[in-house]
Amino acid sequence: MSNPNKEWPLWEVFVRSKQGLEHKHCGSLHAVDAQQALQMARDVYTRRQEGVSIWVVPSGSITASEPDDKGEFFEPMADKIYRHPTFYDIPDEVGHM
Amino acid sequence: MNNLAPPEATASTDYLLHLADNALVLGQRNAEWCGNGPVLEEDIALANMSLDLVGQARLLYQHAAALTGHGATEDSLAYFRDAGDFRNFTLLELPHASPSAERDYAVTITRNFLYSALMLLVWDALQDSKDPQLAAIAAKSLKEVRYHFRHSRDWLLRLGDGTAESHARTQSALDQLMPYTREFWEASEVGRNAVSRGLATDPATLRAHWDGLLDAALLEAGLQRPAAGGAPPPGKNGRHSEHLAPLLADMQVLARAHPAAQW
Amino acid sequence: MYTQSLDVPDGSAPTLAAVPAGADALQTRFDEKIDADRKIEPQDWMPEAYRRTLVRQISQHAHSEIIGMQPEGNWISRAPSLKRKAILLAKVQDEGGHGLYLYSAAETLGTSRDQLLDALHTGKAKYSSIFNYPTLLWADVGVIGWLVDGAAIMNQVPICRCSYGPYARAMIRICKEESFHQRQGFESLMVQMQGTPEQRAMVQDAVNRWWWPVLAMFGPPDADSTNSAQGMRWGIKRLSNDELRQKFVDATVPQAAVLRVTLPDPDLKWNEARGQHDYGAIDWDEFWAVVNGNGPCNKERLANRVKAHEDGQWVRDAAQAHAAKQRARALKEAA
Repeated sequence: MSNPNKEWPLWEVFVRSKQGLEHKHCGSLHAVDAQQALQMARDVYTRRQEGVSIWVVPSGSITASEPDDKGEFFEPMADKIYRHPTFYDIPDEVGHM
Repeated sequence: MNNLAPPEATASTDYLLHLADNALVLGQRNAEWCGNGPVLEEDIALANMSLDLVGQARLLYQHAAALTGHGATEDSLAYFRDAGDFRNFTLLELPHASPSAERDYAVTITRNFLYSALMLLVWDALQDSKDPQLAAIAAKSLKEVRYHFRHSRDWLLRLGDGTAESHARTQSALDQLMPYTREFWEASEVGRNAVSRGLATDPATLRAHWDGLLDAALLEAGLQRPAAGGAPPPGKNGRHSEHLAPLLADMQVLARAHPAAQW
Repeated sequence: MYTQSLDVPDGSAPTLAAVPAGADALQTRFDEKIDADRKIEPQDWMPEAYRRTLVRQISQHAHSEIIGMQPEGNWISRAPSLKRKAILLAKVQDEGGHGLYLYSAAETLGTSRDQLLDALHTGKAKYSSIFNYPTLLWADVGVIGWLVDGAAIMNQVPICRCSYGPYARAMIRICKEESFHQRQGFESLMVQMQGTPEQRAMVQDAVNRWWWPVLAMFGPPDADSTNSAQGMRWGIKRLSNDELRQKFVDATVPQAAVLRVTLPDPDLKWNEARGQHDYGAIDWDEFWAVVNGNGPCNKERLANRVKAHEDGQWVRDAAQAHAAKQRARALKEAA
């Protein structure tokens, strides 16, 4: 059975290409720490291109604006980029939500 | 064809084959993790490193083939030499096996660390080789080995200083593999030859630096440096373990079955 | 196709929950976006059935990429030239990367990598049937590049325009890389077909074994595909199974002619009136048998994945333990 606490945290990856003007969001990956996230981002999202800049950010650290359609009935965490509860640190005492 | 430098300023093919065989054999071993890695991201990292190593092997074999002449190619050197003619370090031909597992990630990482720490220094020194083509290959390979070194060092730390199980496996891997590093420093005729022609650095001059890299990493990882001991056969002189022949048999079987074919 | 399983019943038919007040407006706005060809993004409201279908489709595609690393990875060690070894390594690495992009897209919909892998390992989730066939010869590798990747591209290009943003963006990235793979596969076959009689025989043998499974990859005939309609309504599926299959046959026949291989279908011929090729009957019994777990390699493929995952648990645990120790140390130092 999947245990959220056993998963490596999720990181969002932003890459600015050599000729690029700004960092673009490429996708995500799982890594245990920022160092590993950077290395993996390099391998997966840039295929080792030179001169690129990579940012990695824990997914849970990103705060997003609310979508135009406010889902009052369904979205408890509409200011987060994802719906998935395991991105957010839920204290063990609370148990599975 | 190397028309740019006079014949004296090109590395002996034996030395090039040693470097090439190292890269190919380790590339071959690391590729065994394709589709079998402990996590998808590591599958990708290992495939990436394998690809770098095969790329290095290709450049080195191509250079050696051009020097050899007589129709030699990168593939004739890789696929049509027997185990006794290979000049890779024995360390690199060992399977990933340990007492714990048929394929043990601790063995993979520890081996990659020991080798990439060496190559970090060797490629750096070879940038000054009097063989301009070898110097160019060294510059490219140095960039790659920096990543390999960082990857394996980071993982050595995670495994050495992770759980009790990972620590035990990594210490065991280190104990198992350390004796094979002895041949890094042992003088050989090929090595002496290359040094005297200004093509390569005497590895003995790199040893203290390598020790420093190793000791620093082991300290952070909470691992003990094994006592020196054992005298495994030195693959760089063509004396290998039992593992090289089956590795090559698998690698070469198809090419040898169709010797006249182009692929 | 990698997403053929959309039409395969897996018991997870979406049930209608009670609809709360105000949801009509959300549904309407959702429908408007779909009709206007605008993207649905992770934070947007979406019908539960849409979300579930996407998770299933995207994750099945991801699983296919991962499982696909096995039949091809099988030949890395024996590639008959260093150039081909390097190309195959790069391809298998790309496939891993594609799996990663897709898992990451699926995770935006409220699931986790572990949950998705669980579903795969316990046999609940499906993956493309094509990877349950063995790669018996080196020529199979080239044929997979030519035909399997070719079929995948045909299916994937329309999905680049699908309504769900993260999926569409992942597909654009994937399509760019996949067309490279197809060209390399084809080129490798060209060289072999211009080679020795043995090489030509191996290529023909590979084509004989892969052609029909590749055609079946596009999924059951339209008449038998009940879920396709909804997928098309939602802008997830853009062309029907039969339409894609026909496109693929028409594109591939001239390529086979260039290669000088025979496609193993005596009923394959150009139909002037239709402006398309007629082709023979696909053995759907075999297809269903393979999809339901009784293909040549199903058990092996899955067992390898499960073993790799279980054997790797200690590594994942070690990495997490180390990260936790580092965090604790950092806190202590800061104190």
